[in-house]
Amino acid sequence: MTISLLLFYLFASVTVLAGIGVVLSRNPVHAALFLVLAFVSTSGTWVLLHAEFLAIALIVVYVGAVMVLFLFVVMMLDIKADPLREGFARYLPIGLLVAGVMLFQMLALLSAKYFGLSFDPMAKTPVGYSNTEEVGMLLFTKYAFPFEVASVVLLVAAIAAVALTLRKRTGLKTQDPNAQVLVTKAQRLKLVSMEASVPVALSEPESAAQPLDTVIGAAK
Amino acid sequence: MITLPHYLALSAILFCLSIAGIFINRKNVIILLMCIELMLLAVNINFVAFSRFLGIADGQVFVFFILTVAAAESAIGLAILVVLFRNRRTINVEELDTLRG
Repeated sequence: MTISLLLFYLFASVTVLAGIGVVLSRNPVHAALFLVLAFVSTSGTWVLLHAEFLAIALIVVYVGAVMVLFLFVVMMLDIKADPLREGFARYLPIGLLVAGVMLFQMLALLSAKYFGLSFDPMAKTPVGYSNTEEVGMLLFTKYAFPFEVASVVLLVAAIAAVALTLRKRTGLKTQDPNAQVLVTKAQRLKLVSMEASVPVALSEPESAAQPLDTVIGAAK
Repeated sequence: MITLPHYLALSAILFCLSIAGIFINRKNVIILLMCIELMLLAVNINFVAFSRFLGIADGQVFVFFILTVAAAESAIGLAILVVLFRNRRTINVEELDTLRG
């Protein structure tokens, strides 16, 4: 048993246990965190396959973006988990039955001696092999057009997510920059013609009004 | 030595686990979406393993595309979930019977 096989069993068992945690956990936040663990340990098994680029991409894309989005939504919604768990025990037997039968069939196919399948050992990589370089070469030559289409898919998804969740709220005081820019002089400035004002004669007697310099002198 | 059946078995176990998860968590849309992510992960393990054991890198490019589509799918799914919760105040699949389906 080599060290890489040992590592594979470690990563694989953590992946399966985390998957069980996703399926069985009562709290959606715990389920999301178990899913993060499943992704991280799966990327470990991919490193063992010398697929380093995809291992890092899995962590960056899934753990960094998708699972954070999941956690955001789970924490944003005020969900009472108990009514959602009602049919849990009722559907457990049929779920286990279907999954067990499927698993038995798949694993039976893998036992090569009954089906005459032969599995080659892993393809040898040359010295100085770079997985990222190989995938990148394919991605930008043979699969350049699908790569562009994938970017369009992401753009459409982003626009669709915004368009779905956008709502006009009423009763809010907000600025409308468009209206502010388009305003004209006639809307803001009003010219009125009025009569010229004439100075009003002082009605008080002369003695009541103190001269300014005597007031300043008293203050000193 | 790690062989191809090791990876295929891991992928099969994950896939069946997420099938069971869809059966037993059939009321909670969030867990359903997570089970779908787990299923796509199992498929990706198959792609990477076959690509490496056959020595053809095209499979890894396909994993890249599956990651892209899965990210788009979960973004739109969660957006639908948010709108659903805003309108109905629930994400229970049993109560989402407006279309009488």
